[in-house]
Amino acid sequence: MGYIKGFFRGLGSLLTGLKVTFREFFTKKITEQYPENRATLRMNERFCGELVMPHDENGNNRCIACGLCQMACPNGTIRITSETVTDPETGKPRKRLVKYEYDLGSCMFCHLCVNACPHDAIRFSTDFEHAVFTREKLVKTLNKQ
Amino acid sequence: MFDFGVVTNWIHTQFTSVMPEGLAVFLECVIIGVCLLLMYVVIAIIMIYMERKVCAAFQCRLGPQRVGPWGSVQVFCDVFKMLTKEIIIIRHSDKFLYNLAPYIVILASVMAFACIPVNKGMEILDFNVGVIFFMAASSIGVVGILLAGWSSNNKFSLIGAMRSGAQMISYELSIGISILTIVVLTDTMQFSEIVMRQADGWFIFKGHIPAVIAFIIYLIAGNAEVNRGPFDLPEAESELTAGYHTEYSGMHFGLFYVAEFVNLFIVSSIAATIFLGGWMPLHIPGLDGFNAVMDAIPGFIWFFAKALFVVWLLMWIKWTFPRLRIDQILTLEWKYLVPIGLLNLLLMVVVVVFGLHF
Repeated sequence: MGYIKGFFRGLGSLLTGLKVTFREFFTKKITEQYPENRATLRMNERFCGELVMPHDENGNNRCIACGLCQMACPNGTIRITSETVTDPETGKPRKRLVKYEYDLGSCMFCHLCVNACPHDAIRFSTDFEHAVFTREKLVKTLNKQ
Repeated sequence: MFDFGVVTNWIHTQFTSVMPEGLAVFLECVIIGVCLLLMYVVIAIIMIYMERKVCAAFQCRLGPQRVGPWGSVQVFCDVFKMLTKEIIIIRHSDKFLYNLAPYIVILASVMAFACIPVNKGMEILDFNVGVIFFMAASSIGVVGILLAGWSSNNKFSLIGAMRSGAQMISYELSIGISILTIVVLTDTMQFSEIVMRQADGWFIFKGHIPAVIAFIIYLIAGNAEVNRGPFDLPEAESELTAGYHTEYSGMHFGLFYVAEFVNLFIVSSIAATIFLGGWMPLHIPGLDGFNAVMDAIPGFIWFFAKALFVVWLLMWIKWTFPRLRIDQILTLEWKYLVPIGLLNLLLMVVVVVFGLHF
């Protein structure tokens, strides 16, 4: 009895597997043919291509120069230069970002800096065409000065 | 229905008009042999290309795309690469058997290949025990695989070869029983005659329930017979590197590879011949207009369409299921397929005796 029941249960599970692959056979294929479809290439939005710092239309970024990203980075990829200024409204001293340096060459795209940022000042773009001719060009300054 | 026998008879009369009969027959045999090998190679190339594309589609990929339109030249490039590679002779191998093994495999494959009726009048080996000859010829391949594993002097090759031997000899039985089911229905063992009997409906329709069961058993056993996934444990990449052909390189490896793919086609085309009517068009008794339209399509197109459809079914199975263990494979054969096959044979006998088939 168990033999017959096991036979039909096995048959059912095999048919389930066949159904899944049959559907897969007719779904649209996800392969991207990269150099040919460069104009229409659609990247997945969670792809970590390169660290960027978005700026609004007035050229302001949201970085408060807290240095959490610099500390979170396992490779020492990020170097933040900051200065202390007096806030004109409150009269208290506060940190201001001078230079946000990002070394693409030593970045391992782990996303830890973006996770550490309390103000969402940095994010990863999906841009992946990084090739340059010298090592120095990989060190980028992310903030506008 | 186009009869290819007209062409062969014309060639024969042309030859006999200029030379003695013996020489003519000899020359015809040579020509047929060359054509057979050419077709063998072409089918191997089509199979490899199809395998890559179908496998890719099942995995949501596109497959080869770069070399030639839709990657169609890729396989030719691979064949030429294989031809130019060095054949490495292992130092402690049994040299004679090591070099002989791929040719035994390919010989068995070509002999089985010659049994396939491609079109009306286009059968190369066709005689009254064709089914038995086919099974005997295709079984020789086991010897080649065992020799390859043994002579390589490599324990993984030997394990792969022994697994392959156990598996192929076991599944031979199921193939035999499921073919026998159809032989009971047709009372002939000649492939051309089996095809002719399907003029008023393919056997899978005429034999209804037992024929469908036999077809499924044949597909499973055939897949195991050609050592393809989910029964590909003789070459189980992750455990035995490549099984019996681990130590082979260059064209000797190529022969194993080609034989595997053509064996897939042979199994599929035999399934198409005995269950789906071979080159016989789809005929529905009573609908003469429909039958006439179907007759307009040449037989070899019907044959290749059906055979490639069965190949597609086998690839679908291969790229769906994970590999079985050796004990699971033998359990499937001896505890499930053989008893079901024997009961099914009995059912078919009952159906034939009481005339319950169409």
